[in-house]
Amino acid sequence: MDFLVTLKSPISALGQQTITIIRDLGRIFLFFCEGFVLIFTLPLQISKFKQQIYFIGMKSVFVICLTGAFTGMVLGLQGYYALLRVGSTGYLGAAVAIPLIREMGPVLTAIMVIARGGSAMAAEIGIMRVSEQIDALETMDINPIRFLISPRIAAALVCFPMLTALFDVVGIFGGYLTGSVLLGVNPSLYFSRVESSVNMEDITEGFIKAIVFAVVVVTICCFQGYYTHMRTEFGAKGVSLSTTRAVVFSCVVILIVDYVLTSFLL
Amino acid sequence: MSTQPLIELNNTVKRFGENTVLNGVNLSIFRGEITSIIGKSGVGKSVLLKHIIGLFEPDGGEVLYEGKPLSSMKRAEKKALKRKFSYMFQESALFDFLSVFENIALPLQETTSYPEAEIHRRVRDKMHQLDLHKVDGKYPSQLSGGMKKRVALARALVTDPEIVLFDEPTTGLDPIRKSAVHSMISDYQKRFGFTGIIVSHEIPDIFFISQRVAMIDAGRIVFEGTPEEIQKASDPVVQNFIQGLESPHDDLTGVASQSLGQKRLQQEMSRLQRHEIPFSIVLLSIDNLEDIDRIAGHVACQTMLKNFANHVKQNIYITDTCFRYDMNKILVILPDTNSSQAKLFCEKLSRNMENAAVFETPDFTSGLCYSVRAGIAQAKKDSQLQSLLENAEARQQLFYECRI
Repeated sequence: MDFLVTLKSPISALGQQTITIIRDLGRIFLFFCEGFVLIFTLPLQISKFKQQIYFIGMKSVFVICLTGAFTGMVLGLQGYYALLRVGSTGYLGAAVAIPLIREMGPVLTAIMVIARGGSAMAAEIGIMRVSEQIDALETMDINPIRFLISPRIAAALVCFPMLTALFDVVGIFGGYLTGSVLLGVNPSLYFSRVESSVNMEDITEGFIKAIVFAVVVVTICCFQGYYTHMRTEFGAKGVSLSTTRAVVFSCVVILIVDYVLTSFLL
Repeated sequence: MSTQPLIELNNTVKRFGENTVLNGVNLSIFRGEITSIIGKSGVGKSVLLKHIIGLFEPDGGEVLYEGKPLSSMKRAEKKALKRKFSYMFQESALFDFLSVFENIALPLQETTSYPEAEIHRRVRDKMHQLDLHKVDGKYPSQLSGGMKKRVALARALVTDPEIVLFDEPTTGLDPIRKSAVHSMISDYQKRFGFTGIIVSHEIPDIFFISQRVAMIDAGRIVFEGTPEEIQKASDPVVQNFIQGLESPHDDLTGVASQSLGQKRLQQEMSRLQRHEIPFSIVLLSIDNLEDIDRIAGHVACQTMLKNFANHVKQNIYITDTCFRYDMNKILVILPDTNSSQAKLFCEKLSRNMENAAVFETPDFTSGLCYSVRAGIAQAKKDSQLQSLLENAEARQQLFYECRI
């Protein structure tokens, strides 16, 4: 009998865990749907939308430029030495631009925004939850999801593609800096390769990824903060756990979703 | 009073894990009344309040609104009901990313279609009444605890709600502001007739403004009735709780508390009956406290009341006692005094009023009429305390008037 119980317990634990994960996924999906639909209810929350654009978008510009530049530069370096072995350094423009636009741009932008904006979102909403500010909204008959989450979803959907585009452009110039200025690849050849090799499909794929990542990041981060009170830890500890989970979960999910999307879009 | 309660908690049970916080609460809240919920810390007063507004759903029993269970209401019905409510949180729950002005204006901006100018007017109005000056642009983190409470109160009342739930509205406030908040709640309730439910530890102050009091203990309502009834309740749990919280002095005025005053009255009565030592009482009431409140603000009004009580205190002998009888009434017990001597005392009090610092208020405004009435009654050997007090009340006449 004991053997049977021991045998069954990991199976039941696994089953329990699976049920929890599926239920959470369902709740996260419904949370996003509600937040998304409420973006369009009147009156539109223009000022809150603008504030979030500033917070998610404007305030991330510097860090995106910085990471974009260095990613492009390292791609330039690595690409140059790899292409040198097959004697085709002239293709450096393509070697930098294509992975940047299709892969590195959307993924790294998403991860940078998680680090800067996503963690802040989870912490801010989490603190609002533990200090009863969300309850206060409910008692005033103000829908907290519409008030807090919808503007963030709308802003993320606008900001992510734009930040990704910025990352790509800065990255391409970063590649030019190492490839052409430092290592001597012909600049006009570099840019003409960029122009000729990158087609609309690459850019579309990049943007699709950026939009999907926006949904993933903002939903996970807001969800973790919004349901801070459902944890076993309360108060500051609950908020810190929510923030950590928001960052870790969204980074992991970004990489998984990136693989799935790439395999579908290729 | 209508017989149908506005809100009814019917055998409400709430558990948090193993811990049963509400264990079959039965409570009726009637329209247009202020009901106070008292009880020790951590017995579930706030949880009870959150059930009324629907922030918590009961694990057992139900909450009825006008006889209809909240759980059976449709979404639109619940929404319409929520608009009638307002809630003041214990920890204020101010939005830390909004300024004081924006916090108070938020419910109006989000749930009404008032033009911006009207919203400004209403918010300014509430801020003035609650003595919130020059803090519009400040953020909650820059405010003191007491000021946060007042901002939260302003936010709860700015929409002129039908039902207001106050979760410890005066904890952490100084005596003047505490009384100002109580008088404001009472004044608003009289003017707009809202139904108020207050969770409070302020005994006996809360009895002045409540029509009903309910005491919760061990997850159940152990007493429900009028403030007079609870003060006379024989249940040792209720008595221990009330006496434990009641201080011998009234917080605002510094004069004796009501229970101490009542005891003194009984002592004098027995002295009269046993040794035939006469005594008189003088009931002083400030007539137009509500007008002063409206014109000069709640804080100025409470300061005036405090100053007046001080003036009375300074003019009595060491053997005399004065205590706060009601929101605007002070009762003076004069031992060894007949009614003509009591009259002399009143005249002295009136004469000295000119020099008294009654009008030294922070918000001194012209256009005020300050009038005090005094009623004198001498106790007789066979008279009952109640009839003595009624006598004094019936004989009240204008004793001092001042127009500024």
